[in-house]
Amino acid sequence: MELALTGITKQFPGVLANDNVNLRVAEGEIVALLGENGAGKTTLMNILYGLYHPTAGTVEIDGKPVQFQSPGDAIDAGIGMVHQHFMLVPVFTVAENVILGDEPTKRLGVINRAKARDAVTEISRRYNLDVDPDATIEDLPVGIQQRVEIIKVLERQARFVVFDEPTSVLTPTEVDGFFEIVQSLKADGKGIIFISHKLGEALEIADRIVIMRRGKTVAEVLPKDIDEAGLAELMVGRPVDLVVDKAPADPKDVVLAVENLTVLDDRNRRSVDGVSFQVRSGEIVGIAGVQGNGQTELVEALTGLRTPLGGRVRLKGEDMTTASPRAMHQANVAHVPEDRQKSGLVLPFTVTENIILNSYYEEPLSRGVIMDWDEARDRATRLVEEYDVRTPGIDVPVSNLSGGNQQKVIVAREFDRDVALVIASQPTRGIDVGSIEYIHSRIVEERDLGAAVLIVSSELEEVMALSDRVLVMYAGKIAGEFDASASTTEVGLAMLGSADEAEEAS
Amino acid sequence: MAVTTSPEIVEKVRATPEERRATAIGIVLVAIAAFVLWVFALGVDSSFVSTFNLSLPGDPDLTWVVSSQVLSFVVAATIAFIGGWVLRRTHVKWTNLGLAIALSLFALAFLTWAAADKSFSLVGMLRSTVILSVPVTLGALSGLMCERVAIINIAIEGQLLTAAFVGTVAGSAWGIWAGLIGAMLTGAILGFVLAVLSIRYRIDQIIAGVVINIFALGLTSFLARRILSVTPELNSPGRFSTHKVPLLGDIPVLGSMFFNHNMFVYGTYILVIVLHFGLFYTRWGLRSRAVGEHPKAADTVGIDVYRTRYRNVMYGGLIAGFGGAFLTLAQVSRFEENLTAGVGYIGLAAMIFGRWMPFGALGAGLVFGFALTLQQKLGILGTPIPSEFLSMTPYLVTIIVVAGVVGRSRPPAADGQPYIKD
Ligand SMILES: Nc1ncnc2c1ncn2[C@@H]1O[C@H](COP(=O)(O)OP(=O)(O)O)[C@@H](O)[C@H]1O
Ligand SMILES: [Mg+2]
Repeated sequence: MELALTGITKQFPGVLANDNVNLRVAEGEIVALLGENGAGKTTLMNILYGLYHPTAGTVEIDGKPVQFQSPGDAIDAGIGMVHQHFMLVPVFTVAENVILGDEPTKRLGVINRAKARDAVTEISRRYNLDVDPDATIEDLPVGIQQRVEIIKVLERQARFVVFDEPTSVLTPTEVDGFFEIVQSLKADGKGIIFISHKLGEALEIADRIVIMRRGKTVAEVLPKDIDEAGLAELMVGRPVDLVVDKAPADPKDVVLAVENLTVLDDRNRRSVDGVSFQVRSGEIVGIAGVQGNGQTELVEALTGLRTPLGGRVRLKGEDMTTASPRAMHQANVAHVPEDRQKSGLVLPFTVTENIILNSYYEEPLSRGVIMDWDEARDRATRLVEEYDVRTPGIDVPVSNLSGGNQQKVIVAREFDRDVALVIASQPTRGIDVGSIEYIHSRIVEERDLGAAVLIVSSELEEVMALSDRVLVMYAGKIAGEFDASASTTEVGLAMLGSADEAEEAS
Repeated sequence: MAVTTSPEIVEKVRATPEERRATAIGIVLVAIAAFVLWVFALGVDSSFVSTFNLSLPGDPDLTWVVSSQVLSFVVAATIAFIGGWVLRRTHVKWTNLGLAIALSLFALAFLTWAAADKSFSLVGMLRSTVILSVPVTLGALSGLMCERVAIINIAIEGQLLTAAFVGTVAGSAWGIWAGLIGAMLTGAILGFVLAVLSIRYRIDQIIAGVVINIFALGLTSFLARRILSVTPELNSPGRFSTHKVPLLGDIPVLGSMFFNHNMFVYGTYILVIVLHFGLFYTRWGLRSRAVGEHPKAADTVGIDVYRTRYRNVMYGGLIAGFGGAFLTLAQVSRFEENLTAGVGYIGLAAMIFGRWMPFGALGAGLVFGFALTLQQKLGILGTPIPSEFLSMTPYLVTIIVVAGVVGRSRPPAADGQPYIKD
């Protein structure tokens, strides 16, 4: 039994996302599909799953060509997919999500809930997944939501299972558990495509590794024949330096002091619950933690985007708890937001307009109500040069730039002054390796110039590489504090909340 | 190691949104209590009694006589108590219950005041509440049918109006059942137009709906002037008759209120039950809700998002058409220009008030039905309130409800967003 994708090409308006891609997987085999963000992995899998139709190329199962008009066809052909962004209805229960589209019914289309629940319990027991069929999805941690996705796939009797970046939402310990599940699926004879941009994981789990770069499959290797550095070079197309080099920190005065901060999220839950910490001038403090443990709300509260329920935020001793985003900006706080496209940039605006977005109202950019566009263009030209933004010009919409260059526009805008505090959230999410190196070095440079730096990232490697001190957030609280020399395992454990429990027990 | 401190010593920066809302509502309730005291209690002669008729003409007599002033004193005290309790914010979750009780009492005090020194048919009023709630509830059901699959249907007003027109013409020409069928098909056709505009062409759903409404108003007004005024025989379809439900119809007060009506009223009850059951217990309902909450998730498990949306929007049209038929084949038996006068929009408000639930739509429909009845009946009683104010009641209630006095409720997550494949 074999699944083969041959010569797959997919042209989006302006982007050739897949360019003559070849991939095959046999039953009982784990193939890792490795590539940088934007390499075209998800596009390829969406074609396999019938969500996109290829511009050219064929999909074959057991040598017979198949054409999927919709995901329904792909499911019928035995293909299952755990999407990068989970495809679960948040207000439904686990059982409802599992049966959706394949409902056991009694007469008149009435859903047989007992049967649905039994199906979930049965699969959950067989693969040791420990999922409650009656829990509502939005109340479950992402790790469990992923298991629900796996149950969905198994319930539909998939023979080939695709996992799109499954580990990016998991803690290191959860990743181990996930790999056990994948191994048991393999033992069951399922063919598995495991997508990742993490080199170590691919080496650990895969029988075979296929590497994609800029829409093309560029290499196929066996794990025993290669190491991480070799994979990184194939993935990026040039040798890469995987460590951030920086001098030891020299912390001075406290710049940011957070006391007992409590913040409600949009659904009025205490997603930040009594958090206290300090960041000093000349140090980088990293906040590690699995997504959704309150980091987003913490950063919003610190930057004035969300009014806290309680506690204090002090900047150089001054109370800024209820300060507006503009007040924070004027107090020389630089903010690199979590989602650059939603809250970092106005996508249809030009590079120039985005660069002056935080200071357009100040002299010399505006005098009274009149804007000085020459001044604005001068500034944009200077910053594009200084921050190495690769753009066709300063008057093109910023949406035309690649993710890495968009991020550089934000960094340029925020860092171009005497910065007292940097708050950077997911500063390198979804950008190319070259831009990652550059942004990391700029952040270290700000520290060395005397800024206090707070980095929030769900990529543990990034936090560990960049920070002088690491705080772990779990369930809205600080679950642990570590110095730069701590091991990844130790910090990873705290990300699961176990350090917190250990402390409560003592 | 950890630097967390216990949340008890959190220094509060601000109250939660619920708490702020409770404070606002508490203050409003205390103000209402003061108003009841001032106007309803102290504003009537202490010797006045209000006489409420609790039976319909022909049924055994049943009346309730109460001192106008005493009742208002009791109501004012109770509302003030509830307001104080809400202000203490000890049970913020129950704020809405307190609000509902207080407002019902306010309505009672108001009626007592209006009926002071007079006799007033309370049962007649409640019965009329049910009748006037029918088009509102049906509008709300039509709206939720669409919004459950994430299509916003502003066109309910136009669907009701056009269906009412077709109902009267087809009903006059071929009999009331033909009128009913014609009206429902008309609703479905307009639903199909809305579906094509918003699903296929991804036109902003609000704009598409408003366009349909303007078109419907213009077309029916034109045709009414051109055809109905010259051939009045086409505007006298007759009515569906009233049938009393055996046993249930004989219960005092409630029987006359709910179970002595024409088939539209019973049809509405049945529809509410069927839709509730359908949405929450069947495959169709599970799939529909999935399409409204997370269309891509539905798509990835092989559900045809577009087909589901087309189908439900047309079902919604059928329901609105049924409501339109009620207007000209039961409530009044003739069509007039802009006969609906905003009932479709009120239906939309009822859908929100009812939190996108069929039974919620029914309850909200009754609240609006009451407001519409006040508008009609109080004029007859001759209260000192100018009639212009009375005719504003249903719209005022709508604004208050939609502005969120009832608290935030959660619409389907994808509501109003087109689904784009590939
Ligand atoms: N629906 C789409 N329309 C236009 N461009 C797209 C679409 N989906 C993905 N792309 C582009 O195709 C490229 C590959 O994206 P993707 O397959 O998501 O990469 P990966 O999963 O490897 O990170 C990117 O440049 C992305 O911007
Ligand atoms: Mg991807």
